Amino acid sequence: MAPTDKRSAPLEFEQPLSVLAQQIEALEKQLVDNPNPELEADIAQLLEQYQHLRRSLYSNLRAIDRLAIARHPQRPYARDYFDRWDPGWIELHGDRQGADDAALVGGLVELGEFQVLAVGTQKGRTLRDKQQCNFGMPQPEGYRKALRLFHHADKFGLPIVTLIDTPGAYPGMTAEQHNQAQAIAMNLRELAGLSVPVVSVVTGEGGSGGALAIGVANRILMLEHSVYSVISPEGCASILWRSSEKVSEAAQAMKITAREILALGVIDEVIEEPLGGAHHDYEFTAVSTRDAIVRHLRQLSTMSGSKLKADRQRKFRLMGSFVEV
Amino acid sequence: MDLKEWFASRQKRRETLEVKQPLSTEEYCALWTQCFQCRELLYTRDLRNNLHVCPKCQYHFRIGADQRIEQLVDPDTFEELFGELGSADPLGFVDTDNYPARQAEASRKSGLKEAIVTGTANIAELPVALAVMDFAHFGGSMGSVVGEKVARLIEAALELRLPLIIVSSSGGARMQEGILSLMQLAKTSAALKAFSEGSLLFISVLTEPTFGGVTASFAMLGDIIIAEPGARIGFAGRRVIEQTIRQKLPPDFQTAEYLMKNGQVDMVIERSRLRETLSRLIGLHQPKSRADKDTPVRNSAHKRAVTT
Repeated sequence: MAPTDKRSAPLEFEQPLSVLAQQIEALEKQLVDNPNPELEADIAQLLEQYQHLRRSLYSNLRAIDRLAIARHPQRPYARDYFDRWDPGWIELHGDRQGADDAALVGGLVELGEFQVLAVGTQKGRTLRDKQQCNFGMPQPEGYRKALRLFHHADKFGLPIVTLIDTPGAYPGMTAEQHNQAQAIAMNLRELAGLSVPVVSVVTGEGGSGGALAIGVANRILMLEHSVYSVISPEGCASILWRSSEKVSEAAQAMKITAREILALGVIDEVIEEPLGGAHHDYEFTAVSTRDAIVRHLRQLSTMSGSKLKADRQRKFRLMGSFVEV
Repeated sequence: MDLKEWFASRQKRRETLEVKQPLSTEEYCALWTQCFQCRELLYTRDLRNNLHVCPKCQYHFRIGADQRIEQLVDPDTFEELFGELGSADPLGFVDTDNYPARQAEASRKSGLKEAIVTGTANIAELPVALAVMDFAHFGGSMGSVVGEKVARLIEAALELRLPLIIVSSSGGARMQEGILSLMQLAKTSAALKAFSEGSLLFISVLTEPTFGGVTASFAMLGDIIIAEPGARIGFAGRRVIEQTIRQKLPPDFQTAEYLMKNGQVDMVIERSRLRETLSRLIGLHQPKSRADKDTPVRNSAHKRAVTT
């Protein structure tokens, strides 16, 4: 069988791999018409070569390659996780002030032995879906809806799980009129004051303040190929290098990948993905992500409300690097 | 004296006279400042005496942290805190130049160690905790040091039970410290949570320009938010928004007055009235009974009962 996967369009750095896969596929077709042990051996050899190339390719990823995986159009989004964790999960809608932002979904989810309030950004799969979800960029209304749900969880003692995959908060005119900055700031402050466990997972793109607005957690986890940054590498390249061609350098310089951020002490754990990225196996990704969250929730649920709050405030209080002279 | 002698003495006088060099371009420019808004050429000394506000069109020029402090607080009452904090280079960040070199350049331009000055002072005899950002230093960007100084000042204000005033001016988070800069948003906002629970007053003053990570954290969390006239304030930059929505934005978009119209700030106050406004606001949030224990006048029912 040819090792091509219809669901995953090859990324730029995966081209050599897909070329090889096409060759194997062509040979396999020949084999069907014309059974031949010599050809069979060739195919086996090529398959071995393919596996080898695949492993070496994915073990030497640059920041820009991981960024491409994190942004892969087939990357699992919040709903893909929620549906697999709990097919009967109940979605809760609206900010109660006039809007229901589709870019930010939330609801009541049974996650392993826990009943949680889950919130996540949603990018959308089809074009229509994407437009509705604004490509995963929430408006202030989305953040206010999340805040409403956080307070709901706090009231009923439900642990909070947030999944982050957003290019960032939407840079639009009405977003500014409706005070995007204040909506984000309020979430940062209020999340710091909750008495329930909060676990956040960056599952794709952690785009700046728009990501952090649902990411002030007791434990922060990142999927292996996800990224988290203060500004998009494109934005950074255009400001600091004044060039749209320096995106790779900017991605490298800002240290945006999961392992680098773990090394900086900002996150607590990196969750492994299937070889090639989460889009190759939704089931596997959903289960390993669930298991990691549940493990952290078990530890956190032994703490009192005031301790959880203090733990969260202390975690962020200690972040930063400076000298005292 | 005949005419010949007169010429000779005049010649002599001219030879011994010290000739004044004409002003260099730099010196000339320092003497005069052109208003960014109305283009009027202003005598710099007059401009300074007018708190760096154009006397003709009321344009509020950006001012440094030192000037701002001087304008706001009672003379000789500012005591700097946490001035010992300086930036590290946690990522070893290099773009077209390296981060430490850019920091040195920023300090040369601003005369400051970092983009914010923090401390305590009196405003009209009322003690306050005060932080002032300086856009001249690294675009007022918030990295670890700015976040740490803000967090420490908030904690000090809570400890000393002082009202807190932060005068912001910033382009946003500092890219050169990557994710650590982003985390300063959470750090400062979390510190404000504890401060807020202490029932203490936080007044945020937004000045030209305040954007990005600073508005998306402490600057927009003031119990009272004041903006300076004409200051541009927002989350995303104007150009980014125009490129995203592919349409021109109105000229007053993201100005203090525009925010006022949209309910995002409490008031727009000109620089000449800022000190007075701050002291009044602080006074109005301090029960008079606390200032003067002998005359409890806060309870009007009680007052009526006494007088009738």
